[in-house]
Formats: sequence, C-alpha cells, structure tokens
Amino acid sequence: MKDDPTRKPETTSGVSRRDFMKISGVGVALPLVLGPKMVEAAGEEVAVHGPGKVPVALTVNGKKLSAQLEPRVTLLDALRDNFDLTGAKRVCDRGVCGACTVLMDGKTVYACAVLAIDAQGKNITTIEGLAKGDALTPVMQAFVAHDAQQCGFCTPGFIVATTHFLEQHPNPNAEDIRRGLSGNYCRCGTYNGIRAVALAKPEGRAS
Amino acid sequence: MRPFEYVSPTNKEQVATLLGEYGSILAGGTDLLALMKDDVVAPQRLVNIKHIDQLRGVTYQPGNGLRVGALTTIAEFAEDANVRRVYPVLADAAHEVASPQIRNLATIGGNMCQRPRCWYFRNGIGLMAKTPDGKSMVLEGDNRYAAILGNAGPAYFVSPSTLAPVLIALGAKIRLYSAKAAGSGVRELPLEEFFVIPKSEHELEHDLKPGEMVIEIVVPPPSQNLKAASYEVRQRAAFDWPLAQASAALEMDGSTVKSARVVLGHVAPIPWISPEAAQALVGKSISPETAMVAANAAVAQAKPLSHNKYKITLAKAAVKRAILGAAGQSTGGAA
Repeated sequence: MKDDPTRKPETTSGVSRRDFMKISGVGVALPLVLGPKMVEAAGEEVAVHGPGKVPVALTVNGKKLSAQLEPRVTLLDALRDNFDLTGAKRVCDRGVCGACTVLMDGKTVYACAVLAIDAQGKNITTIEGLAKGDALTPVMQAFVAHDAQQCGFCTPGFIVATTHFLEQHPNPNAEDIRRGLSGNYCRCGTYNGIRAVALAKPEGRAS
Repeated sequence: MRPFEYVSPTNKEQVATLLGEYGSILAGGTDLLALMKDDVVAPQRLVNIKHIDQLRGVTYQPGNGLRVGALTTIAEFAEDANVRRVYPVLADAAHEVASPQIRNLATIGGNMCQRPRCWYFRNGIGLMAKTPDGKSMVLEGDNRYAAILGNAGPAYFVSPSTLAPVLIALGAKIRLYSAKAAGSGVRELPLEEFFVIPKSEHELEHDLKPGEMVIEIVVPPPSQNLKAASYEVRQRAAFDWPLAQASAALEMDGSTVKSARVVLGHVAPIPWISPEAAQALVGKSISPETAMVAANAAVAQAKPLSHNKYKITLAKAAVKRAILGAAGQSTGGAA
C-alpha cells in the first residue's frame, strides 16, 4: 500500500494531522519560558494555567511524556493525539461507554473524563502498557480464546477493565462480573464471551 | 469544550477568590466535563480542589458519627470500613452509583452538586426549557422521566443524586465553606435544605452561595434500633439513574416503628421527604400490608404529567420495598 502511486497522501503538504499537532505544539513553546501568570488568593500566589497551551508532563506506561496542551485537553485526547497511544478509543467522550478505560494510579478511569493537566503526577497505564512488546497478556489471550470481540472497538477498554477487575476479584461469580464490568459497553453484544473470559480467570497482567 | 484557565489551590481559603464570578469547582469532573463538552456550562476558570488535603478523609467517632470529606471518591466511600460497618445502607447505595470507572473519580461533594439529567437541560435549552411562545417544553414535550411530586413548575426535572435520599433519611448534614462568608466561613445545614426547587432559570437547584463549596458530609451515629434500606427501580440493572428510588430509616421500638423517615429520589426536583409515609408507619409493625399503606401515602399527592404516570407505580414499589428491606423482610422483587 505504501508505494501505491494512486494513494492520496493524508494531507496535501505531506504532513499528517498528528505531525501537524506536534509541530504546532513546539511553535507556541517559546513564550511559555516566562512561566504561568500568578494571582494572589488568601495571601498566597497561585499559578494560573491557560487558556492557551501550557507544559503538561505525564507518566504513561512508566515513561515520562510531555507536551504543550491547553487545559481543556482531556487525558484521552492527549494520549491519542500527542503521544500516539491510540489503544484507548474515543467513542462517547462523555464518561459512559468505557472504550477509553485506562488505569490511573492502579484504578480504572475513563480517560475522557480526566483533564490531561489534572493527570500530572499520576501513573497512567494504557492497553499498550499491559503487554510487553507483541506478546499478548493472559487476559488478551482469553479474549481471543473465548471469541470476546466482534468489531473490536470496545476491546481495549474491556481488556483494561477486565484485567483490573480480575486483580480485584480473583474468584468472581457471574454477579460480580456483571457489576464489575458494568462500566463498559459492547454494541456488538459480545458480553457472553467477555463473561466467559472473566469466569476463566486468566491470571497475570504481564505477557 | 471552550478554553478556560486552570488553577490548583492547596487550601480552601483560596477557593472563593479564585472562583471569582465565572469560575467552577473541579473535583471528580465526571459531570462537569461532560456539561462543558456539551456547552451547557462554560466556566472561564476551573478551580481544581483535589490538592486541598483538608477536604479528604472519612472518620467515625461513636459520639459524633461519620464525617466524610467532600473529596472522598464514591469508591473510597463504598469500601470504607467504618461506612460498611456502621451504615451498610450507605455503602450499598454508594456501590450502586454509576460504574466502577465513575466511582473511582467522582466525589461525595460532587455527587451532591451534580446537575439534573433532564434532556432539555443537557441539550443546552435550560433547566426550565420554554417554547418560543413561553410554554414549558417539558409539559408540552416528552416528560417520561420528569417529576411526579413537587412539580408545580416551572421546574420539572428530578434530583439526580442517589446518595442524597439515603443520607437525608439518616439525618445527614452538609457543611459548606466560603472564605468570603462571615465568621468561620462554615455553614452547616440539614442536607435536605441544600436542595431547593428553583423558581427561575437563573436559580440553582442547590443552596450554594457564590464562592461557596461543599467541604464535608456529617452523618449522626445510628441508634441501636435503627433499621434502614434503600431501593432503586431502574431500566437497566447497573450503570443507570433510577426511575424511582426510596430510602427508609426506621427507629424501632421492639417490633413496632417508633419513628420513621422515608425519602424518595428521582420523583421531584429535590430529594422528596414523605412525612405522610413516615406517619403511616408509626406504631405499626412492618408487613407487606403496612408497607403498602405507607407507599400509597407517599404518592397520594403525586401529579403525573402527560407521559410519566407509570412513575407513581414505580415510586410506590420503591417505598414498599425500601420499608420491607429495612425490616429485613423479602421485598418481593429482585434485590
């Protein structure tokens, strides 16, 4: 596909959307050397960030990542648009569907419901951080074995949620599973397969 | 989402100044960010209060009861050893809130301050959405989830918190703080008084003064003879707001009810205390029959809108099952 001469480039300039966002991020970095605006509140100086881009440093899958982001950028959009971590999916973007589920300090959260600037200082783990290289984790293998996906769009969120759920509930019953995985939707309706994954109790996060 | 400024103060004395006129408090953010994405609200500054350690922690003292810092997440609250031991009804209700991912972010303070789910409001038409000729969109339109009590208008939405009815049944108080208020800046009121039915589009459904924030929920210690339960009727078994909810707290004298508190949720613009239901229980022993009498009393004043008469039936079932559940009897339905 790469050499197909009829294939349209992503943009006429040959710069992809993601590259463009990175370049534009660097472009506004210079004025920020001045540091944030300070306001006085109750006798103390408090830094005011934004509304323009500000430096945001995140710890994702054990790596320190940083970018220039507006305070309104969610953790989900930062992961996908700035750090090329596209495993967490943007579906409802309203904290309902679970497709963007990541771990924040070891707990499942919707990455769309957290501001990136607010996730600083937290340990973020995405689906990319669960596996080592290309090897599947036991939970991922169980998703394959139990046919627990169809279109696959909800799968990364479900795998993060299931991995965490099984760590918290090593011997779940059907009711535990129904409640524990209630924060993720599958519109293909693969719930029976996912339930079978949880009942099979695949062990261990590492591949 | 519109651009905004972002500040993270470390003590509560700074909050009122930082909020100014156009700021909003950011705690868990699960409701606020969704409202901002839909452009229902557009604060010019978010004041992130999560670095204010004074607002954290759950403590219990037999003499003083339970104190819950506003930043306690719903998950922390549901798992707290004291909450589970002393107020299992509260732990159970917290465990039923939304989904695990939401419970890990959302806070107790935010649960009290969450905005209504009314779809006219969520679509940016307003809490008291009106047609161009001044009629209520809710009355004219699809009002299947709207209020059946306290619905004289112009507010027809229902209060969204499922923890508030339980807390109110247990006699909880809410503590508010503003550095700009007189004296210590702390205002304490019975939780039910925190919820108000707004009379105009410019009023809030919470008694929060400008610059004020929720700092703590206080639940008095339960008496030995207290029996309490809460029941939610939902369309979906999990991750849904109920169609009707009832919480019952019964003070027993042997096998008969000495006094009672019955609070309904999702039937009115505020958590709806039913003195009628409570009165119907006093001096009675609990049975399906006495519970049904109380349930009928709870909805005697209900006025259905064009699409929500079914909610009266559901509210009755919720009251009956909450009372039977409190007495430890079979509720006759799925738990």
